[in-house]
Amino acid sequence: MFDPTTAPRLKARPLSPHLGIYRLTMTMAMSVMHRITGVALYYGTILMAWWLVAAASGPNAYATIESFMSSIFGRLILLGYTWALIHHALGGLRHLIWDLGYGLDDGERDMLATATLVGSIVLTIVLWVVGYLMMGGAR
Amino acid sequence: MSAGAPRNQIRSPIGRVRGFGPAHSGTHHFWHVRVTSVALLILTIVFVVIVISLLGRNQPAVVRVLGSPAIAVLMLLFVGGGIYHMWIGMQEILIDYVHSDRIKLLMLIGNTFFCMVIGVLCVFSILKLSFGI
Repeated sequence: MFDPTTAPRLKARPLSPHLGIYRLTMTMAMSVMHRITGVALYYGTILMAWWLVAAASGPNAYATIESFMSSIFGRLILLGYTWALIHHALGGLRHLIWDLGYGLDDGERDMLATATLVGSIVLTIVLWVVGYLMMGGAR
Repeated sequence: MSAGAPRNQIRSPIGRVRGFGPAHSGTHHFWHVRVTSVALLILTIVFVVIVISLLGRNQPAVVRVLGSPAIAVLMLLFVGGGIYHMWIGMQEILIDYVHSDRIKLLMLIGNTFFCMVIGVLCVFSILKLSFGI
């Protein structure tokens, strides 16, 4: 039986320092963003469920979600959802590249992490411009 | 054999600790997240194209598009893959950050319930759009 009072003192073992001690790097920031956007998309499925249920329910239910999404608040949520979706998709692609063993060298890591952020913002803007053009064309 | 294990123990050390991780299951979830993420990369593009093509359209037009066989199947794949992916993802986050066993158990159950409800709502709606009432 192990008895701490009689056992010889064990040498202090090295401990892994906690997150807060490290300088914030681009890869760390994007890793955190990947989790946050993942959680955002998790709750964002409520919107998708609402949209599908409304479409299946009839014109009145669909008009309700359409007017909500057309409001400033709804548009902001949709914009955030679009960005979270693109960011999480690009982040996932980056992780798949890393899982395959590529892009891990100095410089490449930060380049990929930065590309996730820049790419997500650019793609979100492109999608919204296309979206507004489509709506303009439909009316 | 490590200290504390009874001498008449036949099971190997690895056999005795299997399933004792915080989620009580193995690494298959890690792999399933990767497999679903590959599928979701493609299905997300499909989903975004579908949504953009439906912007500003009225309900009958949306029903026509979402209810068409190819679109409905793609939407079902997106919803199924996405819900399974996020169920594992949220579980991973919960076992990382929630340390109280009781609260963790409740939140893991809540995660499963949320994913099942959202998933069934989406799947039922897509099927209703395809097959009618």
